[in-house]
Amino acid sequence: MIATGRTGIGRIKASGSARSGAEHWWRQRLTAIANLPLVVWFVVSAVSLSGAGYEEVRAWLGGLFNSTMMVLLVVSLFWHARLGVQVVLEDYVHDRALRLAARLGLDLLAVALAVSCLLAILVVSLGS
Amino acid sequence: MADLERPLSPHLQIYRWHLTMALSILHRATGLVLAAGLLLLTWWLTALARGPEAFAIVRTAIDNPLGGLVLFAFTLAVFYHMANGVRHLVWDLGIGLGKEEAYRSGLFVLSFAGVATLLLWIAILAFGGGPR
Ligand code: HEM
Repeated sequence: MIATGRTGIGRIKASGSARSGAEHWWRQRLTAIANLPLVVWFVVSAVSLSGAGYEEVRAWLGGLFNSTMMVLLVVSLFWHARLGVQVVLEDYVHDRALRLAARLGLDLLAVALAVSCLLAILVVSLGS
Repeated sequence: MADLERPLSPHLQIYRWHLTMALSILHRATGLVLAAGLLLLTWWLTALARGPEAFAIVRTAIDNPLGGLVLFAFTLAVFYHMANGVRHLVWDLGIGLGKEEAYRSGLFVLSFAGVATLLLWIAILAFGGGPR
């Protein structure tokens, strides 16, 4: 467990600004660092796959290494993007209720999309 | 050059601040663009899982000049955000925070994004064969 740097009341209410939390800051850095090799891998793969057809792409993602990298990429990207967009939202949405709704919507969307991606990878790697 | 102490015109420090501020806004803008790109990634992956017909629809959407332009913009955004993200991480270590250094690393990040994007697309057109 990493020290959060949150004040006691913040921990109880857990509703302070996202960027005030050291935990948020730390996770943004962690995912940023993880994104580096993963995104480079993805860009290189995308170039090598440019113009490839359905069977080729499926075979590529079906490999254990590639499907593992893709799972890591999806988790890291969605996490990083969710944290990032949250900061942007909090900078521009000042109404409390609206902010809460936006945050909720963002979280639900991120989880829904990420799970869709992960299950898609699973389906492809199981070859069904 | 005895009078180098006088303020230069255009006022370089102010101009430099403008560049670093613009780059900071660009980091946010590219981050948001890339976040929107996750929709495309999701569409691509789920289509691949669903089958050849679904995958063909994604390809038709991408394999045209407009789709190519969108992908080009995404690669530019990725390279910029990635390089500038590293710049952020280096700042977090307390390195390169001076005005002069921040200006120079900013120029480097911009050049990197431009050159990397061009090289990538040359590689795609030359070796990937482009849309088949
Ligand atoms: C490729 C490697 C990447 C690195 C090294 C990286 C690094 C970073 C860093 C360090 C920050 C925090 C900046 C700050 O403190 O103000 C950040 C913010 C952000 N990133 Fe990334 N990032 C990467 C990829 C991505 C991708 C692929 C996306 C989208 C899918 C993304 C979306 C965002 C967003 C939305 C923000 C918030 C921008 C803001 O607060 O203004 N990043 N990134």
